[in-house]
Amino acid sequence: MMSHLPALQVVVPLLSAPICVLLGRGRFAYGFTLAISWVAFVISGLLLQAVVQGGAISYQLGGWAPPWGIELRVDLVNAYVLLIVSAIGALVMTYAKPSVDREIGAEQEYLFYTGYLLCLAGLLGVTITGDAFNIFVFFEVSSLASYMLISLGPNRRALTASFNYLIFGTIGATFFLIGVGLLYQMTGTLNIADLAERVAPLTGTRTVQAAFVFMVVGLALKAALFPLHAWLPNSYAYAPSVVTIFLAATATKVSIYVLIRTIFTIFGVEFSFGTMSLGPLLFILAIAAMLLGSTVAIFQDDIKRMLAWSSVAQIGYMVLGLAFATVNGVAGGILHLFNHALIKAALFMAMGCVFYRMGSVRIEAMAGIGKRMPWTTAAFVAGGLALIGVPLTTGFVSKWYLLLASVESGMWWIAVFILISSLLAIIYVWRVVEAAYFMPSPDGAPEGEAPLLMLIPTWVLIIANVYFGMDTRVSVGVAVDAAKALLGGGS
Amino acid sequence: MSFESLILLALAIPLVGTVLILMSEGRPNQREAVTLTTAVSLFVVVLQLLPEVYAGGRPGITLFEILPGLEVRFEIEPLGMMFACIASGLWIINSIYSIGYMRSHHEKKQTRFYACFAIAIFGALGVATAGNMLTLFIFYEILTISTYPLVTHSETTEAKRSGRIYLGILLGTSIGLQLVAIVWTWFATGTLDFREGGILDGHLEGALVGLLLLLYMYGIGKAALMPMHRWLPEAMVAPTPVSALLHAVAVVKAGVFTVLKVIIYIFGADFLRESGTGDWLMYIAGGTVLLASFIAMTKNNLKARLAYSTVSQLSYIVLGAALLSPHSIVGGAMHIAMHALGKITLFFCAGAIYVAAGKTEISDMKGIGRVMPVTLFAFMIGALSVIGLPPMGGAWSKYYLALGAVDAGELVFVGVLMLSSLLNVAYLLPIVGRGFFCRPDGAGDEAVAIKEAPVFCLIALCTTAMGCIALFFFADTLYTLLRPIGGG
Repeated sequence: MMSHLPALQVVVPLLSAPICVLLGRGRFAYGFTLAISWVAFVISGLLLQAVVQGGAISYQLGGWAPPWGIELRVDLVNAYVLLIVSAIGALVMTYAKPSVDREIGAEQEYLFYTGYLLCLAGLLGVTITGDAFNIFVFFEVSSLASYMLISLGPNRRALTASFNYLIFGTIGATFFLIGVGLLYQMTGTLNIADLAERVAPLTGTRTVQAAFVFMVVGLALKAALFPLHAWLPNSYAYAPSVVTIFLAATATKVSIYVLIRTIFTIFGVEFSFGTMSLGPLLFILAIAAMLLGSTVAIFQDDIKRMLAWSSVAQIGYMVLGLAFATVNGVAGGILHLFNHALIKAALFMAMGCVFYRMGSVRIEAMAGIGKRMPWTTAAFVAGGLALIGVPLTTGFVSKWYLLLASVESGMWWIAVFILISSLLAIIYVWRVVEAAYFMPSPDGAPEGEAPLLMLIPTWVLIIANVYFGMDTRVSVGVAVDAAKALLGGGS
Repeated sequence: MSFESLILLALAIPLVGTVLILMSEGRPNQREAVTLTTAVSLFVVVLQLLPEVYAGGRPGITLFEILPGLEVRFEIEPLGMMFACIASGLWIINSIYSIGYMRSHHEKKQTRFYACFAIAIFGALGVATAGNMLTLFIFYEILTISTYPLVTHSETTEAKRSGRIYLGILLGTSIGLQLVAIVWTWFATGTLDFREGGILDGHLEGALVGLLLLLYMYGIGKAALMPMHRWLPEAMVAPTPVSALLHAVAVVKAGVFTVLKVIIYIFGADFLRESGTGDWLMYIAGGTVLLASFIAMTKNNLKARLAYSTVSQLSYIVLGAALLSPHSIVGGAMHIAMHALGKITLFFCAGAIYVAAGKTEISDMKGIGRVMPVTLFAFMIGALSVIGLPPMGGAWSKYYLALGAVDAGELVFVGVLMLSSLLNVAYLLPIVGRGFFCRPDGAGDEAVAIKEAPVFCLIALCTTAMGCIALFFFADTLYTLLRPIGGG
């Protein structure tokens, strides 16, 4: 049983999806999905423990040895990504019931849970697999599910947002697939570890270079890196709250993870940053994302959309870290990947609570909410502080590493941009704070807090943000080790 | 009780106080009793640490490590000891004053007011006891954020606008400049600890030292060095007790305190003197002293005038640090205490006049001394101390600052100090003179009825006025406490 954990990590949620359809309407679908989410979380916890104790795990699917068979490979880096995806999944599901009841009709609820399970299976699959083609397949599984999930949003514009995402997502996945195809043509293998070895002598060829470009562009689209972010704001703004929380915390992060694998593991630092001079391009795009995302966020009156634009900026931070191609930089990027998942999930959960009570997440709806929903608002403020990067929160730790990386690389101006973007974050977080605490409640505004079932997961994440802001031994240790491994050539 | 646990206790008390204040919502008497009890017990705890620091001890405790080598650490040295004593001691008096002011003014949301006040004091104590630059930075930001609801207390459009400027400048400078300086320091030296003689020696040289100093000095927006002073006059929309304790004592003094800490324990006076790249700071500080005094003369609103006076006086302290001589540094540090007592008295009086007579403009205050003799007499004592005349405490700090300027061979700054004192006379004493010697507008020849401020306000402002005088006679104690930081 234990030796099959890597396979179970994907197979359990994947096979649960059709069962969930069969369960149909009624409360069984929810209970079942909740249980499966926690099972996935336990499996990833066990996997992490195994990796920490015994090193990387290679699992051969069906007993076919790599590079011919499909390999599932868990090392320190993706063990943590698995953990964060499944942990967010488990928390989101715990939170989901009241919010889903309110935003998605009882008719469609079981389909929602099915979609969620498929999406979870896809994301976990992308993360765990050691096979490049498999990444594409699981990307499609998660993406198709998420198009469906987004279109369940209460506003009809969710449909166009979802369609937009579908177009962009398909282009991204196709580009990635073209890249993988070109690599297969040159090397005859799809196994990532095998690819890494065989690509090295071929880096002079136009085909490999083209493959690199296709894969990076495709992944940048999936990760919503500026200027390929156009699908993100509307999708996050119009999706049901629960979907936004889950996707914002996991989907783009997994894409960034694959980007890291592609740049550092498959192609290697020398090729990516030497031959292809990816560094300057990533710097420019990352900084543009940070400034543009934060600036646009300031002018949004829909707070979910505001947070979505903030995500565009935060993805800029992660990519910025990678662009340094130094230990501190890459560690900063990876740290921000973990930290931002915690921060954004918490913030979107707070917004979900607001929507539950108010039926809107526009800034007008926040007026006086600090008095009526003190716990929700306090959670939003705490999450906002982490987003800004205040010391003793997670946001500070990752920004500290990014600042350190820019100072040690002698690129002062980048430190300035990081801080400008943080200052912009203060402005957009503060707009909400001002409305919540300093504007009078309108007459007849709904009173009372969100249900405890929603508040508790929100606060679990807030406490995690503070805890990992103070005790950084685990998160920083993993990020630095992972960065060293990635830059050292191997995985 | 060990000194380590005393430090933690001192930090915990205001936090516990905050919770208790919040729990007393709707019960004003209980809420204010909690505030006073918290303030008194905090002061008692802080005083327990005084003898140890006076004897040369430097008690410290590390709470936890954020990143390797980057700790949240508390350590008390003389400067911080003094600041902690001032902040916690004046909190008691200010709380008494607040009770009088807020009640007779029928302010709303008083629970939020007292709670934020307690958090602000927590921030100020953290700044005072911080053992490294990162810890100081954290508490510096807590102080900024906790005072924002106090500045915007009235919730009017004007208050919100001022609040935005307040927060914008203070957060903007601290994150945009100070944090850069901190990261740079960490990168250059691998530590952020406050050490005697500084930590930068041997790690940085040439013009870069000057640049780092620039980042720190303007990054510490709370020191209100021109042109980063705009937030301070804006903060005057707050209720007067806030202006008194926070924007004459805790917040602004946290700023100049940080300036002193950075110059003494991060750069090191000797290192900065040898590098010769810090001279510009003297001129900026000297310029701020004079310019702010001139602006103060043009203000007709009493609180605005006092605010610009504060900007000017803060730069005395920065000037003391920038002159880099032992006397000037000690003089600057002493001025933190002297100015604190003087200015809080002046603000108490301004608030008392507002509460009792409803006047905010200086031109309306003719003959106010006949209506409120006690208040205006206290105002006079505070004004004399700010001007720096004996027998008020302010005389000593100016004396040491001037002595330091002579030591440093910068005689022009002796001139600046003298001129500034004259300007102080020009913008403070006419208020007193016209208050006592003119008759109120519209009053006939018969005697004017006395109508003083609420008794809680009077108790507070008389106490601080007496404090101004006491500091003149006990300046030696303060000097002995502070002498080590000058390196003498």
